[in-house]
Amino acid sequence: MAEHLIELRNITKSFGSVYALGGVTMHVDPGEVVGLIGDNGAGKSTLIKILAGVIKPTAGEIVVQGQVVSNWNPARSRAAGIETVYQDRALAVQQSIVRNVFMGRELAGPLGWLKTRQELEGAERLMREIGFTSRVFSPRSIVGQLSGGERQGVAIARAILKDANLIVLDEPTTALSVVETAKVFHFVRQVREAGRSVIFIGHNIHHVYDIAERFVVIDRGKVVMEKPKTEVASAQVLIEFMEGVARAQHAEMETMA
Amino acid sequence: MADTAKALDGKSSDQHPHDRRWRRLIVANRAMLGSLGVFALMLLLFFVANPRVFSTWNLYISVMTTLPVALFMVTPLVFVVTAGEIDLSFPAIFGFASLAFAAVVQAGFDPFLGIAAAIVVGTGLGLGTGALVVYGGLSSLVATLGMNFMLRGAILILTQSKSIAMPQLADSWAFKVFSSKVFGVPAQMFWALLFVVFCALLYNRHRFGAQVHIVGDNPDSANEMGINVKFVRVKVFGFIGLGAALAGVSSTMINFTWWPTSGDGYLLPVIASVFVGGTPTWGGIGTVGGGAIGALIVSFIQTGVVGAGWSGFYVQFFYGMIIILSLIGHRWNQARYR
Repeated sequence: MAEHLIELRNITKSFGSVYALGGVTMHVDPGEVVGLIGDNGAGKSTLIKILAGVIKPTAGEIVVQGQVVSNWNPARSRAAGIETVYQDRALAVQQSIVRNVFMGRELAGPLGWLKTRQELEGAERLMREIGFTSRVFSPRSIVGQLSGGERQGVAIARAILKDANLIVLDEPTTALSVVETAKVFHFVRQVREAGRSVIFIGHNIHHVYDIAERFVVIDRGKVVMEKPKTEVASAQVLIEFMEGVARAQHAEMETMA
Repeated sequence: MADTAKALDGKSSDQHPHDRRWRRLIVANRAMLGSLGVFALMLLLFFVANPRVFSTWNLYISVMTTLPVALFMVTPLVFVVTAGEIDLSFPAIFGFASLAFAAVVQAGFDPFLGIAAAIVVGTGLGLGTGALVVYGGLSSLVATLGMNFMLRGAILILTQSKSIAMPQLADSWAFKVFSSKVFGVPAQMFWALLFVVFCALLYNRHRFGAQVHIVGDNPDSANEMGINVKFVRVKVFGFIGLGAALAGVSSTMINFTWWPTSGDGYLLPVIASVFVGGTPTWGGIGTVGGGAIGALIVSFIQTGVVGAGWSGFYVQFFYGMIIILSLIGHRWNQARYR
Protein backbone atom coordinates (compact mmCIF):
# COMPACT_ATOMS: atom_id res chain seq x y z
CA MET A 1 0.00 0.00 0.00
CA ALA A 2 1.56 3.21 -1.17
CA GLU A 3 -0.05 5.72 1.10
CA HIS A 4 -2.64 5.76 3.82
CA LEU A 5 -6.19 6.90 3.15
CA ILE A 6 -6.14 9.26 6.11
CA GLU A 7 -3.31 9.93 8.47
CA LEU A 8 -3.25 11.92 11.69
CA ARG A 9 0.25 13.12 12.58
CA ASN A 10 1.08 14.15 16.10
CA ILE A 11 -2.31 15.71 16.82
CA THR A 12 -2.52 17.66 20.06
CA LYS A 13 -5.49 19.46 21.49
CA SER A 14 -5.62 21.48 24.66
CA PHE A 15 -8.63 23.13 26.20
CA GLY A 16 -7.00 25.90 28.19
CA SER A 17 -4.34 24.22 30.29
CA VAL A 18 -5.91 20.76 29.99
CA TYR A 19 -4.50 18.43 27.35
CA ALA A 20 -7.23 16.33 25.78
CA LEU A 21 -4.87 14.91 23.18
CA GLY A 22 -1.13 14.83 23.62
CA GLY A 23 0.27 13.92 20.23
CA VAL A 24 -1.84 11.24 18.59
CA THR A 25 -0.55 9.60 15.44
CA MET A 26 -2.75 7.09 13.68
CA HIS A 27 -3.82 6.14 10.19
CA VAL A 28 -6.57 4.36 8.29
CA ASP A 29 -5.96 2.37 5.11
CA PRO A 30 -8.52 1.85 2.35
CA GLY A 31 -10.98 -0.94 3.05
CA GLU A 32 -10.04 -1.63 6.65
CA VAL A 33 -12.00 -1.50 9.88
CA VAL A 34 -10.09 0.16 12.70
CA GLY A 35 -11.31 -0.37 16.23
CA LEU A 36 -10.78 2.71 18.39
CA ILE A 37 -10.86 1.85 22.06
CA GLY A 38 -10.51 3.99 25.14
CA ASP A 39 -12.21 4.65 28.43
CA ASN A 40 -14.47 7.64 29.03
CA GLY A 41 -12.39 10.79 28.85
CA ALA A 42 -9.56 9.08 26.98
CA GLY A 43 -9.96 11.51 24.08
CA LYS A 44 -11.92 9.39 21.58
CA SER A 45 -14.63 11.99 21.07
CA THR A 46 -12.13 14.82 20.71
CA LEU A 47 -10.21 12.78 18.17
CA ILE A 48 -13.22 11.99 15.96
CA LYS A 49 -14.45 15.57 16.20
CA ILE A 50 -11.05 16.74 14.97
CA LEU A 51 -11.29 14.22 12.14
CA ALA A 52 -14.75 15.58 11.28
CA GLY A 53 -13.34 19.11 11.32
CA VAL A 54 -15.72 20.22 14.07
CA ILE A 55 -12.85 20.90 16.49
CA LYS A 56 -9.56 22.45 15.40
CA PRO A 57 -6.43 20.70 16.70
CA THR A 58 -3.93 22.81 18.65
CA ALA A 59 -1.10 21.29 16.63
CA GLY A 60 -0.47 18.43 14.25
CA GLU A 61 -1.11 17.51 10.63
CA ILE A 62 -3.95 15.81 8.83
CA VAL A 63 -2.85 13.96 5.73
CA VAL A 64 -5.28 12.78 3.07
CA GLN A 65 -3.84 10.26 0.60
CA GLY A 66 -0.34 11.55 1.16
CA GLN A 67 -1.22 15.23 0.92
CA VAL A 68 -1.09 17.45 3.99
CA VAL A 69 -4.36 19.42 4.15
CA SER A 70 -4.13 22.85 5.73
CA ASN A 71 -7.02 24.67 7.42
CA TRP A 72 -8.86 21.43 8.12
CA ASN A 73 -12.60 22.14 8.60
CA PRO A 74 -15.95 20.29 8.26
CA ALA A 75 -16.16 21.03 4.52
CA ARG A 76 -12.64 19.69 3.87
CA SER A 77 -13.36 16.67 6.02
CA ARG A 78 -16.42 15.93 3.91
CA ALA A 79 -14.51 16.59 0.70
CA ALA A 80 -11.95 14.01 1.85
CA GLY A 81 -14.84 11.55 2.10
CA ILE A 82 -15.08 11.36 5.88
CA GLU A 83 -18.58 10.87 7.31
CA THR A 84 -19.28 10.58 11.02
CA VAL A 85 -22.28 8.75 12.44
CA TYR A 86 -22.73 10.18 15.90
CA GLN A 87 -23.77 8.26 18.94
CA ASP A 88 -27.18 9.89 19.29
CA ARG A 89 -28.33 8.46 15.93
CA ALA A 90 -29.31 11.74 14.40
CA LEU A 91 -32.36 10.53 12.54
CA ALA A 92 -35.80 12.09 12.13
CA VAL A 93 -37.81 9.13 13.36
CA GLN A 94 -41.21 10.20 12.10
CA GLN A 95 -39.93 10.43 8.52
CA SER A 96 -39.31 7.74 5.95
CA ILE A 97 -35.96 6.06 5.34
CA VAL A 98 -35.57 7.87 2.02
CA ARG A 99 -36.16 11.29 3.64
CA ASN A 100 -33.52 10.51 6.27
CA VAL A 101 -30.99 9.27 3.74
CA PHE A 102 -31.38 12.42 1.66
CA MET A 103 -31.74 14.76 4.65
CA GLY A 104 -30.36 18.16 3.69
CA ARG A 105 -29.20 16.74 0.34
CA GLU A 106 -32.57 16.26 -1.34
CA LEU A 107 -32.50 15.40 -5.03
CA ALA A 108 -34.58 18.13 -6.61
CA GLY A 109 -35.03 19.95 -9.88
CA PRO A 110 -34.14 23.63 -10.36
CA LEU A 111 -37.48 24.71 -8.83
CA GLY A 112 -37.06 22.51 -5.81
CA TRP A 113 -39.53 19.78 -6.75
CA LEU A 114 -38.25 16.46 -5.50
CA LYS A 115 -37.07 13.75 -7.86
CA THR A 116 -38.92 11.14 -5.84
CA ARG A 117 -38.22 8.20 -8.11
CA GLN A 118 -34.48 8.89 -8.22
CA GLU A 119 -34.39 9.29 -4.44
CA LEU A 120 -36.19 5.99 -3.90
CA GLU A 121 -33.83 4.22 -6.28
CA GLY A 122 -30.83 5.85 -4.61
CA ALA A 123 -31.96 4.81 -1.14
CA GLU A 124 -32.69 1.30 -2.36
CA ARG A 125 -29.19 1.08 -3.89
CA LEU A 126 -27.46 2.31 -0.71
CA MET A 127 -29.46 -0.05 1.48
CA ARG A 128 -28.52 -2.90 -0.83
CA GLU A 129 -24.87 -1.92 -0.66
CA ILE A 130 -24.79 -2.32 3.11
CA GLY A 131 -26.90 -5.48 2.98
CA PHE A 132 -29.89 -3.72 4.53
CA THR A 133 -32.48 -5.59 2.53
CA SER A 134 -35.73 -6.75 3.95
CA ARG A 135 -39.07 -7.86 2.67
CA VAL A 136 -40.69 -5.99 5.50
CA PHE A 137 -39.11 -2.59 4.94
CA SER A 138 -38.78 -0.39 1.91
CA PRO A 139 -37.22 3.06 1.50
CA ARG A 140 -40.69 4.45 2.19
CA SER A 141 -40.91 2.88 5.65
CA ILE A 142 -40.97 5.17 8.66
CA VAL A 143 -37.72 5.09 10.65
CA GLY A 144 -39.65 4.97 13.94
CA GLN A 145 -40.87 1.49 13.03
CA LEU A 146 -37.33 0.15 12.70
CA SER A 147 -35.26 -1.53 15.40
CA GLY A 148 -32.11 0.05 16.82
CA GLY A 149 -29.80 -1.90 14.52
CA GLU A 150 -31.85 -1.05 11.48
CA ARG A 151 -31.81 2.62 12.46
CA GLN A 152 -28.00 2.40 12.52
CA GLY A 153 -28.33 0.96 9.03
CA VAL A 154 -30.20 4.06 7.91
CA ALA A 155 -27.51 6.26 9.48
CA ILE A 156 -24.79 4.25 7.71
CA ALA A 157 -26.65 4.38 4.38
CA ARG A 158 -26.89 8.15 4.79
CA ALA A 159 -23.18 8.34 5.54
CA ILE A 160 -22.18 6.53 2.32
CA LEU A 161 -24.55 8.62 0.18
CA LYS A 162 -21.81 10.99 -0.94
CA ASP A 163 -19.29 8.24 -1.72
CA ALA A 164 -17.62 8.44 1.67
CA ASN A 165 -14.20 6.77 1.88
CA LEU A 166 -14.15 6.61 5.65
CA ILE A 167 -17.11 6.18 7.95
CA VAL A 168 -16.63 6.91 11.62
CA LEU A 169 -19.13 5.03 13.79
CA ASP A 170 -19.33 6.38 17.32
CA GLU A 171 -20.57 3.61 19.60
CA PRO A 172 -23.03 2.18 17.08
CA THR A 173 -23.83 -0.89 19.16
CA THR A 174 -24.35 0.73 22.54
CA ALA A 175 -27.77 -0.26 23.93
CA LEU A 176 -28.40 -2.79 21.16
CA SER A 177 -29.36 -6.43 21.60
CA VAL A 178 -27.19 -9.27 20.30
CA VAL A 179 -29.28 -9.68 17.16
CA GLU A 180 -29.29 -5.93 16.50
CA THR A 181 -25.54 -5.76 17.02
CA ALA A 182 -25.11 -8.54 14.47
CA LYS A 183 -27.08 -6.42 12.00
CA VAL A 184 -24.77 -3.47 12.51
CA PHE A 185 -21.73 -5.77 12.05
CA HIS A 186 -23.27 -6.98 8.82
CA PHE A 187 -23.63 -3.40 7.57
CA VAL A 188 -20.03 -2.60 8.55
CA ARG A 189 -18.68 -5.67 6.74
CA GLN A 190 -20.64 -4.75 3.63
CA VAL A 191 -19.26 -1.22 3.75
CA ARG A 192 -15.73 -2.64 3.94
CA GLU A 193 -16.39 -5.07 1.10
CA ALA A 194 -17.32 -2.10 -1.05
CA GLY A 195 -13.76 -0.85 -0.45
CA ARG A 196 -14.60 1.82 2.12
CA SER A 197 -12.94 2.16 5.49
CA VAL A 198 -14.52 2.29 8.93
CA ILE A 199 -13.41 3.56 12.32
CA PHE A 200 -15.46 1.65 14.84
CA ILE A 201 -15.60 3.14 18.32
CA GLY A 202 -17.01 1.08 21.13
CA HIS A 203 -17.14 0.59 24.85
CA ASN A 204 -17.84 -3.09 24.46
CA ILE A 205 -14.43 -4.55 23.70
CA HIS A 206 -15.94 -7.84 22.55
CA HIS A 207 -17.85 -5.95 19.87
CA VAL A 208 -14.79 -4.05 18.73
CA TYR A 209 -12.67 -7.22 18.72
CA ASP A 210 -15.21 -9.05 16.56
CA ILE A 211 -15.50 -6.40 13.88
CA ALA A 212 -12.15 -4.60 13.65
CA GLU A 213 -8.97 -5.72 11.89
CA ARG A 214 -6.67 -3.39 13.75
CA PHE A 215 -6.98 -1.87 17.19
CA VAL A 216 -5.92 1.53 18.43
CA VAL A 217 -6.18 2.03 22.18
CA ILE A 218 -5.95 5.56 23.51
CA ASP A 219 -5.62 6.58 27.10
CA ARG A 220 -5.44 10.09 28.49
CA GLY A 221 -4.87 11.59 25.05
CA LYS A 222 -2.16 9.20 23.88
CA VAL A 223 -2.06 6.07 21.77
CA VAL A 224 -0.98 3.36 24.19
CA MET A 225 -1.40 0.38 21.87
CA GLU A 226 -1.76 -0.22 18.17
CA LYS A 227 -1.87 -3.78 16.87
CA PRO A 228 -3.42 -5.71 14.01
CA LYS A 229 -5.86 -8.41 14.98
CA THR A 230 -3.35 -11.10 14.02
CA GLU A 231 -1.22 -10.02 16.96
CA VAL A 232 -4.05 -10.00 19.48
CA ALA A 233 -5.05 -13.52 20.46
CA SER A 234 -8.49 -12.77 21.87
CA ALA A 235 -10.80 -10.07 23.18
CA GLN A 236 -9.62 -11.12 26.63
CA VAL A 237 -6.12 -9.87 25.82
CA LEU A 238 -7.53 -6.46 24.96
CA ILE A 239 -9.66 -6.41 28.09
CA GLU A 240 -6.67 -7.27 30.29
CA PHE A 241 -4.66 -4.57 28.58
CA MET A 242 -7.44 -2.05 29.27
CA GLU A 243 -7.58 -3.14 32.90
CA GLY A 244 -3.85 -2.60 33.15
CA VAL A 245 -4.29 0.88 31.73
CA ALA A 246 -7.02 1.62 34.28
CA ARG A 247 -4.85 0.34 37.14
CA ALA A 248 -1.95 2.54 36.05
CA GLN A 249 -4.30 5.51 35.85
CA HIS A 250 -5.63 4.76 39.32
CA ALA A 251 -2.15 4.40 40.80
CA GLU A 252 -1.08 7.68 39.26
CA MET A 253 -4.07 9.44 40.81
CA GLU A 254 -3.20 7.93 44.20
CA THR A 255 0.36 9.30 44.08
CA MET A 256 -0.93 12.70 42.98
CA ALA A 257 -3.21 12.78 45.98
CA MET B 1 -23.77 -12.55 4.19
CA ALA B 2 -23.37 -10.83 0.86
CA ASP B 3 -25.02 -13.79 -0.81
CA THR B 4 -28.09 -13.55 1.36
CA ALA B 5 -28.30 -9.89 0.58
CA LYS B 6 -28.06 -10.58 -3.13
CA ALA B 7 -30.59 -13.39 -2.90
CA LEU B 8 -33.05 -11.09 -1.18
CA ASP B 9 -32.30 -8.41 -3.67
CA GLY B 10 -33.14 -10.76 -6.53
CA LYS B 11 -36.79 -10.47 -5.64
CA SER B 12 -38.37 -7.33 -6.91
CA SER B 13 -39.09 -4.50 -4.53
CA ASP B 14 -42.78 -4.86 -5.37
CA GLN B 15 -42.81 -7.56 -2.77
CA HIS B 16 -42.41 -5.17 0.13
CA PRO B 17 -45.80 -5.40 1.82
CA HIS B 18 -45.49 -1.71 2.64
CA ASP B 19 -45.06 -0.92 -1.00
CA ARG B 20 -48.41 -2.23 -2.16
CA ARG B 21 -49.76 0.92 -3.64
CA TRP B 22 -53.25 1.04 -2.17
CA ARG B 23 -52.25 -0.11 1.24
CA ARG B 24 -49.44 2.42 1.29
CA LEU B 25 -51.72 5.27 0.22
CA ILE B 26 -54.25 4.36 2.90
CA VAL B 27 -51.59 4.14 5.61
CA ALA B 28 -49.92 7.37 4.50
CA ASN B 29 -53.24 9.23 4.40
CA ARG B 30 -54.98 7.66 7.35
CA ALA B 31 -55.26 10.93 9.26
CA MET B 32 -56.96 12.59 6.29
CA LEU B 33 -59.23 9.61 5.72
CA GLY B 34 -60.16 9.67 9.40
CA SER B 35 -61.18 13.33 9.09
CA LEU B 36 -63.19 12.50 5.99
CA GLY B 37 -64.96 9.83 8.05
CA VAL B 38 -65.80 12.38 10.74
CA PHE B 39 -67.20 14.72 8.10
CA ALA B 40 -69.32 11.98 6.51
CA LEU B 41 -70.69 11.02 9.92
CA MET B 42 -71.53 14.62 10.75
CA LEU B 43 -73.24 15.16 7.41
CA LEU B 44 -75.27 12.00 7.94
CA LEU B 45 -76.35 13.21 11.37
CA PHE B 46 -77.50 16.56 9.94
CA PHE B 47 -79.23 14.86 7.05
CA VAL B 48 -81.20 12.57 9.33
CA ALA B 49 -82.18 15.56 11.48
CA ASN B 50 -83.52 17.57 8.53
CA PRO B 51 -83.44 15.77 5.15
CA ARG B 52 -85.30 18.57 3.34
CA VAL B 53 -82.83 21.37 4.09
CA PHE B 54 -79.79 19.23 3.50
CA SER B 55 -81.02 18.19 0.06
CA THR B 56 -80.97 21.78 -1.17
CA TRP B 57 -77.99 23.13 -3.05
CA ASN B 58 -78.19 26.58 -1.40
CA LEU B 59 -76.93 25.35 1.92
CA TYR B 60 -73.76 24.00 0.34
CA ILE B 61 -73.29 27.19 -1.69
CA SER B 62 -73.34 29.21 1.49
CA VAL B 63 -70.65 27.01 3.03
CA MET B 64 -68.58 27.30 -0.14
CA THR B 65 -68.71 31.09 0.02
CA THR B 66 -66.83 31.33 3.31
CA LEU B 67 -64.88 28.06 3.33
CA PRO B 68 -62.22 29.35 0.85
CA VAL B 69 -61.24 32.15 3.22
CA ALA B 70 -60.43 29.58 5.91
CA LEU B 71 -58.68 27.23 3.46
CA PHE B 72 -56.15 29.92 2.49
CA MET B 73 -55.00 30.02 6.12
CA VAL B 74 -55.51 26.43 7.30
CA THR B 75 -53.17 24.82 4.76
CA PRO B 76 -50.17 27.10 5.45
CA LEU B 77 -50.81 26.68 9.18
CA VAL B 78 -50.29 22.92 8.68
CA PHE B 79 -46.73 23.80 7.56
CA VAL B 80 -46.22 25.97 10.65
CA VAL B 81 -47.41 23.26 13.03
CA THR B 82 -45.39 20.58 11.22
CA ALA B 83 -42.28 22.74 11.66
CA GLY B 84 -42.95 22.60 15.41
CA GLU B 85 -44.23 26.16 15.71
CA ILE B 86 -47.62 27.84 16.10
CA ASP B 87 -48.88 31.14 14.73
CA LEU B 88 -51.56 33.30 16.32
CA SER B 89 -50.73 36.46 14.38
CA PHE B 90 -52.40 35.53 11.09
CA PRO B 91 -55.75 37.22 11.88
CA ALA B 92 -54.05 40.60 12.23
CA ILE B 93 -51.91 39.95 9.14
CA PHE B 94 -55.18 39.11 7.34
CA GLY B 95 -56.49 42.52 8.46
CA PHE B 96 -53.32 44.38 7.50
CA ALA B 97 -52.95 42.76 4.07
CA SER B 98 -56.59 43.32 3.19
CA LEU B 99 -56.24 46.93 4.36
CA ALA B 100 -53.43 47.31 1.82
CA PHE B 101 -55.73 45.85 -0.82
CA ALA B 102 -58.61 48.17 0.17
CA ALA B 103 -56.37 51.22 0.28
CA VAL B 104 -55.02 50.57 -3.23
CA VAL B 105 -58.52 49.95 -4.63
CA GLN B 106 -59.93 53.02 -2.91
CA ALA B 107 -57.10 55.13 -4.32
CA GLY B 108 -58.46 54.21 -7.75
CA PHE B 109 -55.94 51.60 -8.86
CA ASP B 110 -56.81 48.26 -10.41
CA PRO B 111 -57.76 45.56 -7.86
CA PHE B 112 -55.07 43.28 -9.32
CA LEU B 113 -52.52 45.82 -8.11
CA GLY B 114 -54.32 45.75 -4.74
CA ILE B 115 -53.94 41.96 -4.61
CA ALA B 116 -50.21 42.27 -5.32
CA ALA B 117 -49.93 44.86 -2.54
CA ALA B 118 -51.79 42.58 -0.11
CA ILE B 119 -49.47 39.66 -0.96
CA VAL B 120 -46.36 41.78 -0.44
CA VAL B 121 -47.65 43.19 2.87
CA GLY B 122 -48.90 39.82 4.17
CA THR B 123 -45.78 37.87 3.25
CA GLY B 124 -43.56 40.64 4.57
CA LEU B 125 -45.36 40.78 7.92
CA GLY B 126 -45.24 36.99 8.15
CA LEU B 127 -41.51 36.92 7.46
CA GLY B 128 -40.99 39.72 9.98
CA THR B 129 -42.94 37.89 12.66
CA GLY B 130 -41.00 34.72 11.86
CA ALA B 131 -37.67 36.52 12.06
CA LEU B 132 -38.66 37.96 15.42
CA VAL B 133 -39.60 34.53 16.77
CA VAL B 134 -36.65 32.62 15.31
CA TYR B 135 -33.75 35.06 15.60
CA GLY B 136 -35.07 36.53 18.84
CA GLY B 137 -35.30 33.01 20.25
CA LEU B 138 -38.86 33.66 21.42
CA SER B 139 -41.72 31.25 22.04
CA SER B 140 -43.85 31.33 18.91
CA LEU B 141 -47.02 30.89 20.98
CA VAL B 142 -46.45 34.03 23.02
CA ALA B 143 -44.59 36.15 20.46
CA THR B 144 -47.21 35.68 17.73
CA LEU B 145 -49.97 36.41 20.24
CA GLY B 146 -48.17 39.66 20.97
CA MET B 147 -47.78 40.40 17.27
CA ASN B 148 -51.50 39.77 16.73
CA PHE B 149 -52.42 42.38 19.32
CA MET B 150 -49.79 44.82 18.14
CA LEU B 151 -50.68 44.62 14.44
CA ARG B 152 -54.42 44.83 15.16
CA GLY B 153 -53.71 47.84 17.34
CA ALA B 154 -51.70 49.41 14.52
CA ILE B 155 -54.64 48.86 12.15
CA LEU B 156 -57.01 50.61 14.56
CA ILE B 157 -54.59 53.51 15.02
CA LEU B 158 -53.94 53.87 11.27
CA THR B 159 -57.57 53.77 10.18
CA GLN B 160 -59.09 55.34 13.28
CA SER B 161 -61.26 52.21 13.23
CA LYS B 162 -63.08 53.28 10.06
CA SER B 163 -64.22 50.70 7.53
CA ILE B 164 -63.68 51.03 3.77
CA ALA B 165 -66.51 50.31 1.31
CA MET B 166 -65.60 49.39 -2.27
CA PRO B 167 -68.76 49.03 -4.38
CA GLN B 168 -66.62 49.62 -7.51
CA LEU B 169 -65.20 46.11 -7.02
CA ALA B 170 -68.37 44.60 -8.49
CA ASP B 171 -67.48 45.84 -11.99
CA SER B 172 -63.81 44.87 -11.88
CA TRP B 173 -62.07 42.07 -13.73
CA ALA B 174 -60.57 40.85 -10.50
CA PHE B 175 -64.05 40.27 -9.13
CA LYS B 176 -65.09 38.33 -12.23
CA VAL B 177 -62.01 36.14 -12.01
CA PHE B 178 -61.92 35.57 -8.25
CA SER B 179 -65.38 36.08 -6.79
CA SER B 180 -68.12 35.52 -9.37
CA LYS B 181 -70.08 32.29 -9.71
CA VAL B 182 -68.91 29.54 -12.06
CA PHE B 183 -71.64 26.97 -12.83
CA GLY B 184 -73.38 28.19 -9.69
CA VAL B 185 -70.33 27.60 -7.52
CA PRO B 186 -68.45 30.55 -5.98
CA ALA B 187 -65.27 31.07 -8.02
CA GLN B 188 -63.13 31.51 -4.92
CA MET B 189 -63.83 27.86 -4.10
CA PHE B 190 -61.92 26.78 -7.22
CA TRP B 191 -59.01 29.08 -6.40
CA ALA B 192 -58.91 27.80 -2.83
CA LEU B 193 -58.92 24.18 -4.03
CA LEU B 194 -56.12 24.99 -6.45
CA PHE B 195 -54.22 26.50 -3.53
CA VAL B 196 -54.82 23.39 -1.38
CA VAL B 197 -53.53 21.11 -4.16
CA PHE B 198 -50.47 23.34 -4.58
CA CYS B 199 -49.86 23.24 -0.82
CA ALA B 200 -50.22 19.46 -0.72
CA LEU B 201 -47.61 19.12 -3.48
CA LEU B 202 -45.34 21.62 -1.75
CA TYR B 203 -45.72 19.68 1.48
CA ASN B 204 -45.09 16.21 0.07
CA ARG B 205 -43.12 16.65 -3.14
CA HIS B 206 -40.97 19.72 -2.65
CA ARG B 207 -37.66 20.34 -0.90
CA PHE B 208 -39.34 23.01 1.24
CA GLY B 209 -41.95 20.55 2.52
CA ALA B 210 -39.33 17.87 3.15
CA GLN B 211 -37.22 20.29 5.18
CA VAL B 212 -40.26 21.55 7.13
CA HIS B 213 -40.96 17.95 8.17
CA ILE B 214 -37.37 17.33 9.26
CA VAL B 215 -37.02 20.63 11.11
CA GLY B 216 -40.16 19.81 13.11
CA ASP B 217 -39.04 16.24 13.72
CA ASN B 218 -35.40 16.63 14.74
CA PRO B 219 -33.96 20.15 14.41
CA ASP B 220 -30.53 19.12 15.76
CA SER B 221 -30.20 16.45 13.16
CA ALA B 222 -31.42 18.81 10.44
CA ASN B 223 -28.74 21.27 11.50
CA GLU B 224 -26.00 18.63 11.43
CA MET B 225 -27.03 17.67 7.92
CA GLY B 226 -26.69 21.23 6.70
CA ILE B 227 -30.32 22.37 6.66
CA ASN B 228 -30.69 26.03 7.59
CA VAL B 229 -33.16 25.33 10.39
CA LYS B 230 -33.76 28.96 11.32
CA PHE B 231 -34.43 30.06 7.77
CA VAL B 232 -36.87 27.18 7.20
CA ARG B 233 -38.76 28.32 10.31
CA VAL B 234 -38.85 31.94 9.14
CA LYS B 235 -40.15 30.79 5.76
CA VAL B 236 -43.15 28.94 7.24
CA PHE B 237 -44.19 32.17 8.96
CA GLY B 238 -43.81 33.99 5.65
CA PHE B 239 -45.98 31.34 4.05
CA ILE B 240 -48.83 31.77 6.54
CA GLY B 241 -48.50 35.52 5.99
CA LEU B 242 -49.06 34.91 2.28
CA GLY B 243 -52.06 32.68 3.08
CA ALA B 244 -53.53 35.32 5.39
CA ALA B 245 -53.17 37.91 2.59
CA LEU B 246 -55.02 35.69 0.09
CA ALA B 247 -57.71 35.01 2.69
CA GLY B 248 -58.02 38.72 3.44
CA VAL B 249 -58.44 39.64 -0.23
CA SER B 250 -60.92 36.82 -0.75
CA SER B 251 -63.00 37.91 2.24
CA THR B 252 -62.93 41.59 1.24
CA MET B 253 -64.04 40.75 -2.30
CA ILE B 254 -67.00 38.77 -1.00
CA ASN B 255 -68.18 41.63 1.20
CA PHE B 256 -67.12 44.66 -0.93
CA THR B 257 -66.09 46.12 2.39
CA TRP B 258 -63.03 46.14 4.58
CA TRP B 259 -63.61 46.23 8.33
CA PRO B 260 -61.00 47.12 10.96
CA THR B 261 -61.80 43.87 12.75
CA SER B 262 -61.65 41.72 9.62
CA GLY B 263 -59.86 38.43 10.23
CA ASP B 264 -60.42 38.37 13.97
CA GLY B 265 -63.15 35.74 13.85
CA TYR B 266 -60.89 33.24 12.11
CA LEU B 267 -58.29 32.68 14.83
CA LEU B 268 -59.84 29.78 16.68
CA PRO B 269 -61.73 28.07 13.82
CA VAL B 270 -58.58 27.99 11.65
CA ILE B 271 -56.41 26.57 14.43
CA ALA B 272 -59.12 24.04 15.29
CA SER B 273 -59.34 23.00 11.63
CA VAL B 274 -55.65 22.07 11.52
CA PHE B 275 -55.95 19.75 14.52
CA VAL B 276 -59.40 18.39 13.63
CA GLY B 277 -57.84 17.54 10.27
CA GLY B 278 -55.32 15.24 11.89
CA THR B 279 -52.08 17.21 12.16
CA PRO B 280 -50.67 16.45 15.62
CA THR B 281 -49.39 19.17 17.92
CA TRP B 282 -45.86 17.83 18.35
CA GLY B 283 -44.43 18.63 14.90
CA GLY B 284 -42.70 16.54 12.27
CA ILE B 285 -45.82 15.20 10.61
CA GLY B 286 -49.15 16.52 9.39
CA THR B 287 -51.65 16.46 6.58
CA VAL B 288 -52.61 19.27 4.21
CA GLY B 289 -55.61 17.37 2.81
CA GLY B 290 -56.75 16.58 6.34
CA GLY B 291 -56.46 20.25 7.26
CA ALA B 292 -58.68 21.16 4.29
CA ILE B 293 -61.28 18.61 5.43
CA GLY B 294 -60.93 19.95 8.97
CA ALA B 295 -61.77 23.40 7.62
CA LEU B 296 -64.78 21.92 5.83
CA ILE B 297 -65.98 20.30 9.06
CA VAL B 298 -65.52 23.45 11.12
CA SER B 299 -67.19 25.66 8.47
CA PHE B 300 -70.05 23.25 8.15
CA ILE B 301 -70.90 23.05 11.83
CA GLN B 302 -72.52 26.48 12.11
CA THR B 303 -74.57 26.17 8.93
CA GLY B 304 -75.32 22.56 9.77
CA VAL B 305 -76.59 23.10 13.30
CA VAL B 306 -78.93 25.88 12.22
CA GLY B 307 -79.96 24.00 9.07
CA ALA B 308 -80.77 20.92 11.11
CA GLY B 309 -83.33 23.05 12.90
CA TRP B 310 -81.54 23.11 16.23
CA SER B 311 -81.09 26.29 18.18
CA GLY B 312 -77.98 28.40 17.48
CA PHE B 313 -77.07 27.80 21.10
CA TYR B 314 -75.91 24.34 20.09
CA VAL B 315 -73.20 25.63 17.75
CA GLN B 316 -70.45 26.08 20.34
CA PHE B 317 -71.25 22.83 22.07
CA PHE B 318 -71.06 21.04 18.73
CA TYR B 319 -67.73 22.71 17.88
CA GLY B 320 -66.21 21.49 21.10
CA MET B 321 -67.59 18.00 20.73
CA ILE B 322 -66.22 17.61 17.19
CA ILE B 323 -62.78 18.88 18.22
CA ILE B 324 -62.54 16.48 21.16
CA LEU B 325 -63.92 13.51 19.23
CA SER B 326 -61.55 14.01 16.30
CA LEU B 327 -58.56 14.39 18.61
CA ILE B 328 -59.43 11.10 20.30
CA GLY B 329 -59.90 9.50 16.89
CA HIS B 330 -56.56 10.71 15.55
CA ARG B 331 -54.76 9.70 18.74
CA TRP B 332 -56.04 6.19 18.27
CA ASN B 333 -55.37 6.29 14.53
CA GLN B 334 -51.68 7.22 14.57
CA ALA B 335 -48.84 6.31 16.87
CA ARG B 336 -46.12 8.76 17.80
CA TYR B 337 -42.62 7.54 17.03
CA ARG B 338 -39.72 8.65 19.17
